[in-house]
Amino acid sequence: MNLGDWISQPVNWVFTLLALASAYSGVRVVTSQNVIRAALFLVGALASSAGLFLLLSAEFVALTLVLVYIGAVIVLFLFGIMITRAPLGRDVALDHKRRAPAAITSIILFAVLSWASIRAFAGREVTGVGDATDTRLLGEALLGRFVVPFEVVSFLLLAALIGGITLARKDLSPAEEEAREAT
Amino acid sequence: MDGVDILIVVGRVLAVFVLLLVTTIFNVWLERKTIADMQNRVGPDRAGPFGLLQTVADGLKLFFKEQINPSKVEYGMFVLAPFLAVIPALLLFMVVPFGRPFTIGGREVLLQGADLNVGVLFILAMSSLAVYAVVLAGWSSGSKYPLLGAVRATAQAISYEAAIGLSIVSVVMFSSTRAGGTLSLAGIVESQAGTYLGFLPRWNLFPQVVAFVIFFLAIIAETNRAPFDLVEAEQELVGGFHTEYSGMRFAMYQLAEYMNIFSMSAICATLFLGGWNGPTFDGQIPAWVSAVLPTVWLLIKTYAVIFAFFWIRATMPRLRYDQLMQIGWKRLIPAALVWLILSTVAISVRQFGLPWSA
Repeated sequence: MNLGDWISQPVNWVFTLLALASAYSGVRVVTSQNVIRAALFLVGALASSAGLFLLLSAEFVALTLVLVYIGAVIVLFLFGIMITRAPLGRDVALDHKRRAPAAITSIILFAVLSWASIRAFAGREVTGVGDATDTRLLGEALLGRFVVPFEVVSFLLLAALIGGITLARKDLSPAEEEAREAT
Repeated sequence: MDGVDILIVVGRVLAVFVLLLVTTIFNVWLERKTIADMQNRVGPDRAGPFGLLQTVADGLKLFFKEQINPSKVEYGMFVLAPFLAVIPALLLFMVVPFGRPFTIGGREVLLQGADLNVGVLFILAMSSLAVYAVVLAGWSSGSKYPLLGAVRATAQAISYEAAIGLSIVSVVMFSSTRAGGTLSLAGIVESQAGTYLGFLPRWNLFPQVVAFVIFFLAIIAETNRAPFDLVEAEQELVGGFHTEYSGMRFAMYQLAEYMNIFSMSAICATLFLGGWNGPTFDGQIPAWVSAVLPTVWLLIKTYAVIFAFFWIRATMPRLRYDQLMQIGWKRLIPAALVWLILSTVAISVRQFGLPWSA
């Protein structure tokens, strides 16, 4: 495919915009000096990946991404930040001294992921699966072919949930319990 | 798709916006009048007939007022936040079908902003985005009371969203037994056409009454209305998350709140009360009346729900914060889960028979 063909397709324009937005907000998540701004740039990154899913006419996945990550996970982040501290302006403590190893790790990760996806999809047209937004197909795939990974992931989440509760919760002694009831 | 089709789409979107804005003006007036009546007062009666133009007067007043920028605000976010409130509120109504599709000059016109295949998910996504406006307003104001209001809002929104989602799941499961499974609101409305036993309309309300109650309580909380209006509890928080806002920015939050009330009530009517379904007397009365009647039915049902909103606000005192959390997590969500399991069992028994009857 030559450059002229590539430019003439509006879908490529949209893809480029979304990819740039995603990359920019991804970088800003790390470089932001304010933890709330960083969380908001994460929203931007997730929103542009939802846009990429829309481009592949996977409306269900796109909206699930918006609903779960933007609507719940990041809101919980913000909630957590705000009940502990809600810094305005710059926060110097957000930076750290291990920039070089972090940069090397992320470059290697980027290279590996790019290599893998180019190997897997280069020269192949990526099309939507069957009907444009076949939620039914997705459900059947999840509970048919991929049922074991699906259950493993939910088991992992359950374990993490219980682990979180046991770490965070402090069981009160009977005396403390009484004192609490009295108030 | 040619020019006329594009015009039709633009017309549909404009119709949604106009409908939302006009009903908002009307709803503010209606709320003040209703509550005034319930409290033996007269309510607004100076501007226009029956005081109908009171909202317009208030809106104009706010529009011309100074917009104060307190010195400690995080400026960009502070300005952006009111828009983040209005945009999801406008988009929320886009997926609600507000009338029967009709054919004109060989083209089918849907009375709906956009018929998404995943309309139900779109509603959940938009209502969960609305919380950003409150959180960012509270944070960027750089002041304590707005921040407290914002923290309350976040916790409340997350808790009650779960209840909304779970109650919608049981409706979607139930309507899949009729329409073959759909997440589109138009499909859910169509699945409620007809009657039970010849006189009872086949609304999802009757088989899904528990889901309806849960959904209704949760949308009151989701739109931050009394008795769940801890987000802007004046007595405790000065004004809540919008303490530092003035002028048009403040008005935008009010606008978004009333648009959300209307959209959520319309969604409630669509999911549980049959949407635009109702007798249209096709062939017995002029065709244009039959075409308009479905919209009228939807509006009547929506206003029944909205009236319940106002009625509850006039009757119930505000909940304490711990009571709010208890109702959300210990009552509504378990009830929604139990109801989901019960209705799934009932649906599968009806479809596949009892497990031992091979």
